[in-house]
Amino acid sequence: MRFELRGRPLVALEDVNLQVRDREFCCIVGPSGCGKSTFLRILAGLERQSAGELEIDVRDPRRPAVAMVFQEQSIFPWMTVEDNVGYGLRMRGVHANVRRGIVAHYLEKVGLTAFARAYPHQLSGGMKQRASVARAFATDPEILLMDEPFASVDEQTRSLLQEELLRVWETDRKTVVYITHSIDEALILGDRVVVMSARPGHVKAEIDVGLARPRSVYELKSTPEFAELVARVWEPLRREVLMSYGALAS
Amino acid sequence: MNVKVRSARPARALGGFGGIATERIVSILSPLLLLGVWEGLGRLGMIDARFFPPPSAIAETFARLAGSGELWEHTVTSLGRVVIGFLIGAIPGLVLGIVMGLSRIVRAALNPMVGALYPIPKSAILPLLLLVFGTGEGSKYAIVASGVFFLVLLNTAAGVLGIEPVYLDVGRTFGAGRVQTFFTIAIPGALPFIFTGIRLAWGIALVLIVVGEIFASRSGLGYFINNSYQTFQVEKMYAGLIVMSLIGYVSFLVLDELQRWLVPWRGARAV
Repeated sequence: MRFELRGRPLVALEDVNLQVRDREFCCIVGPSGCGKSTFLRILAGLERQSAGELEIDVRDPRRPAVAMVFQEQSIFPWMTVEDNVGYGLRMRGVHANVRRGIVAHYLEKVGLTAFARAYPHQLSGGMKQRASVARAFATDPEILLMDEPFASVDEQTRSLLQEELLRVWETDRKTVVYITHSIDEALILGDRVVVMSARPGHVKAEIDVGLARPRSVYELKSTPEFAELVARVWEPLRREVLMSYGALAS
Repeated sequence: MNVKVRSARPARALGGFGGIATERIVSILSPLLLLGVWEGLGRLGMIDARFFPPPSAIAETFARLAGSGELWEHTVTSLGRVVIGFLIGAIPGLVLGIVMGLSRIVRAALNPMVGALYPIPKSAILPLLLLVFGTGEGSKYAIVASGVFFLVLLNTAAGVLGIEPVYLDVGRTFGAGRVQTFFTIAIPGALPFIFTGIRLAWGIALVLIVVGEIFASRSGLGYFINNSYQTFQVEKMYAGLIVMSLIGYVSFLVLDELQRWLVPWRGARAV
């Protein structure tokens, strides 16, 4: 993946070889600017790669290949919460009656039933991201793409949102590619953690998490296995973070 | 240190003198005071009653004209023209504005022309419009439309350009087509700006219809005001001005209400 930056080509990604298994929760961590967001945008079809291949195995052509949860506030301010959650379905031409049922189901799962008719400006930041998660789940995509969805909410809210995402995902397993800065978050949520290198980004290491499900965010963090996993992810990541700061020569 | 707060509430909520009730009384009294001063000075002969007839005389004339239906007729004529002219200008302005906002090519193609034509005072093209459309209704619609078109176009385009890119990304990832993007993202996303354009355009439309009627019409409020001036019936002129003021006041209240109804999400921040 190359970009032009002031006439100089900027290689954002190089040799990203990654296979995501069906129904796997795959977390990608990497230093800032390593191209992980670009990688996700390519998967989402929002950018095109300059070279290389991308293959998404679509088993059911009636389902959309991807749905995305964005980092920033991305639910439409001009639609009510229920219209936002039903947006993807509406774009796919799902009949209003069917849509209503699916929307109600996911609103309930993320605890927004009481806010179905509210507009986003009446919601807190965490509630907006829950609506965004519900919107993505509602279209029943082959792959769910999440780009640091909880990065902009406060710590306590983030833990609650992680719990909630786990609960929704554990009953409705989809293939997820989840980007995050946080090692903790990657280990809490993921089946596998992929460490990306500093730019140009490539896959530096892959760690199988192997923690039992269903998981509980708070209990998990205090176990010795968790601490050991953090160290295993941090070890390859550390060098890359330092390098992206310019502290180490490449 | 030990801080104890038993109960706290912001001082403003306490009300009392200087509160909302006082504000309201002041804003009702101040115009009445002005009218009273005007009336008094007129009666005392301290201002020229030929130019500034006392409010009581204007009210009398206003009542007589309203009773005879003469004022009504001109008002309805002007309102009809301004509404039709407004629609002729606003609808293409809206559609083109959205297309301009969404497409770089269209923007590149239209920007120089819009940039050159927008600054021309629309009253300056009235002679040209009279040549093209004649002195009938056509030229009145045209002058109103010419003013409305650019304001709606520019504000709509700015509104669409100002839509957060992430909203368009959401549309793309969920498979929204061109038409769907137009109706579910571009229009609602730009609506607060579109409304700003509509308010500005409506104000200009009221100016332009009067200009058009003063110079080339035998009906409408512009004609009525100008004709009163030429026959030196100053009270009638003031009656015409009062109607213009009322039309402006009421129509902006209607626009406010319309905005509240069409842009219900505009609670927190502008989109």
